[in-house]
Amino acid sequence: MTPRLQLSGITKRFPGVVANEAVSFSVAPGEIHALLGENGAGKSTLVKIIYGVQKADEGTIAFDGQPVSIGSPKEARALGIGMVFQHFSLFEAMTVLENIALGMDHPPPRRELEAKVREVLKTYDLALDPHRDVHTLSVGERQRIEIVRALIQSPKLLIMDEPTSVLTPQEVEKLFTILRQLKREGCSILYISHKLHEIQALCDGATILRGGKVVGTCDPTRESPRSMAEMMIGGSLKDLSGKDNCVYGEERFAVSHLSAPGEPPFGTSLKDISFSVRSGEIFGIAGVAGNGQNELLSVLSGERSDDVDGSIRMDGRELTELGVGARRRAGLASVPEERNGHAAVPTMTLTDNAILSARGPKALASGGILRTGQARDYAKSVIDAFSVKAVGPQALAGSLSGGNLQKFIMGREIMTAPAVLVVSQPTWGVDAGAAGFIRQAMIDLVDKGASVVVVSQDLDELLELCDRLAVINEGRLSEAMDVEGISIDRIGLLMGGVHGETRGDQARESAA
Amino acid sequence: MMGFALEPRRQESRLANIAAPVIAVAATLIVGAILFTLLGHDGLAAVWHIFIAPLFNPYRWQDLLVKAAPLAMIATGLAIGFKANVWNIGGEGQYILGGLAGTGVALATLDMSGAWILPAMILGGIFGGMAYAAIPAFLKVKLGVNEILSSLMLNYVAIQLLYYLMRGPWKDPMGFNFPQTAMFSGDQTLPYVVPGTLIHLGVPIAAALALTAWGVMTRTVAGFQFRTVGAAPKAARFGGFSASSTVWLALLIGGGMAGLAGILEAAGPFGQMVPQFPTGYGYTAIIVAFLGRLNPLGILVASLVLALTYVGGESAQTVIGLPSAATGVFQALMLFFLLGVDILVRYRLVRLEPAKKTETAEVSAPKTGVARA
Repeated sequence: MTPRLQLSGITKRFPGVVANEAVSFSVAPGEIHALLGENGAGKSTLVKIIYGVQKADEGTIAFDGQPVSIGSPKEARALGIGMVFQHFSLFEAMTVLENIALGMDHPPPRRELEAKVREVLKTYDLALDPHRDVHTLSVGERQRIEIVRALIQSPKLLIMDEPTSVLTPQEVEKLFTILRQLKREGCSILYISHKLHEIQALCDGATILRGGKVVGTCDPTRESPRSMAEMMIGGSLKDLSGKDNCVYGEERFAVSHLSAPGEPPFGTSLKDISFSVRSGEIFGIAGVAGNGQNELLSVLSGERSDDVDGSIRMDGRELTELGVGARRRAGLASVPEERNGHAAVPTMTLTDNAILSARGPKALASGGILRTGQARDYAKSVIDAFSVKAVGPQALAGSLSGGNLQKFIMGREIMTAPAVLVVSQPTWGVDAGAAGFIRQAMIDLVDKGASVVVVSQDLDELLELCDRLAVINEGRLSEAMDVEGISIDRIGLLMGGVHGETRGDQARESAA
Repeated sequence: MMGFALEPRRQESRLANIAAPVIAVAATLIVGAILFTLLGHDGLAAVWHIFIAPLFNPYRWQDLLVKAAPLAMIATGLAIGFKANVWNIGGEGQYILGGLAGTGVALATLDMSGAWILPAMILGGIFGGMAYAAIPAFLKVKLGVNEILSSLMLNYVAIQLLYYLMRGPWKDPMGFNFPQTAMFSGDQTLPYVVPGTLIHLGVPIAAALALTAWGVMTRTVAGFQFRTVGAAPKAARFGGFSASSTVWLALLIGGGMAGLAGILEAAGPFGQMVPQFPTGYGYTAIIVAFLGRLNPLGILVASLVLALTYVGGESAQTVIGLPSAATGVFQALMLFFLLGVDILVRYRLVRLEPAKKTETAEVSAPKTGVARA
């Protein structure tokens, strides 16, 4: 059978780095093919080449046996290639239908388009109201818009880049049903993900990339997630250690009845959030992106203090009135989700980035004067202790890979020996090796008696790392549950917004 | 097919950072010469008389320093704000208000004597500029008003205020009805630091302030704050720096330094307040700040280059009859080329390889990352 897509010897170079080197693989009609690899392995570049966003330096692409040159996404769509990006490109203030029309090269008249959209929604049993404004939709619903955008052009090959990272377990199941239906209709799917058990459940074949090269192919149904992970990193995985012998101490960090408005224009407001963390404990906050995680983190770190109600206490001390710097000196460290431009300044050196948040706790400035020598030493010690790959403290933060920068940022906070560390998405987009390192560092921190709050969309990470967790949905936090013996179904329901037993509802009921 | 393309650099080029202003000045000279030739003047002579001749005339050197001092002072203050993405375009108005506030002190103390009078005027000037810059700062922090517009528009208000005071309340009663104030007394005039020249106390003050500003920007937490807010506002907030304190500080420093320049000009070269007091230093200082790469040390050099256009422009008027607008044209050309050349700091020019005869290479330019030049 002629392969739907065949890549031969694709090579793509960027200044100073080879993103893809002689990559060849093929996808059969009706096959769900996984593209596996750590961050920086070249997956994104490869799919951008297939979708016409980037141009390969060498190599050929054949589609249905015909050699093709794909110069733009428009040409890719004309061939029958559709793509659902990891980051949606939607206009929040417009309706679903308007957004779909905007994504098309030649949108038909409105009525005709609506009929077509409704047909696609019916065929694939997708729940979506074409007339809703996008900002009122959940992340899962937004992804459905992107999927409809792709499906309405009846693609022969659908590329999906990390589609499940923002979905609840139930939504993931629903997505898989759609993908399997497409497969039965003969549509090929190129599926990019780092969630290996999903690949195992869904895909027929997999190509593994490492350092821009194909290092292997496998049949995911015959492999274990661990064996695939080891193929990806080209070594054996280390297990986390030391979690068992930790001892819980006193209540260390307590948040009660915290409310705050959402970030404009369409942020989620926090509603009556309460939780507490003991010393020696890792507390997880699960939830789908955009349910108030960023707001919660900036309120806890002190970056937002306008219109915040409720209290944040650490070792009995009220922190609510303190600013960012004072909270840090008191021993509350934080790491926001976004590395570049939030946790670090990409155009500044690692030394300057050490000064950014550690100047208080590590005394890298005194009397308003920077102590650059000490700052350089501190940056150097973080680089050494967290094995950050960088030329030295004088390296620009932006020149580091995502995983290395994240190691530096986590190291910068952890080495200030905070009493409480609040961190969002600690291993987002970080390769498996670095992710293990970062998780281990957090465990080591609580072993010394600190408390850690981890906000993450990666449920697997939370289950592996945390002692207790709660779910955040639309700015409300569920009650905390012990991770031991937790029900994934129940977490999924909470993530999807069934808050039958949340505190917020109880409060409302009692108020009514 | 052979061509050139701009490719993003992975990090800013240090060499290009220094070369960019040099290239911009060179392009200004060349294009300026062509432009004035086309307009029927002797273009080469224009360039010669504006940019080169003053350098060979030692008598002009002191003029250069006197003109460069206020430019450097205002530009240093503005550059601190620009670093933090606070776009204070109101240097001219703050300069005028500084001059007016200092003059107010001078007129109130006209009959008195004492060494305290000049420092009081200088303080008055600084506070005048700060108070005027506080208006856009307040509007920005409390109401989110864009400081570019508010500070720019306040320049015109300042000029009208100056005209009103000159023609009304502050007019010298003994001045034959000329719209100007009384001459300042000896205690109100800036002393010369080099006897027998025009070089007044403002020149060393400007140099000292630029050096201080350089130290503040590189060595203090406040300087770090300005740099971070400009480079990544969210990271600055994460680092514990408040956006509104940055706006206040940046505008107050910019206003204070422009106000200082204003009163030093009034108490120095002018010796009184006149309607011709604003000569566009506040605007030219913006060019100085960028030509000096927002670095106080670079600004010292840049202020001399721009002072040259003032000094040379004046002599070109008398020697070869160039219109006075020629100075403005050269200054504008310089800013234009400077902003244009700046792209080389972040991008590098690469020669495109001739297209290969493979399937994929026939594809047109990629959509992202590379722009055809």
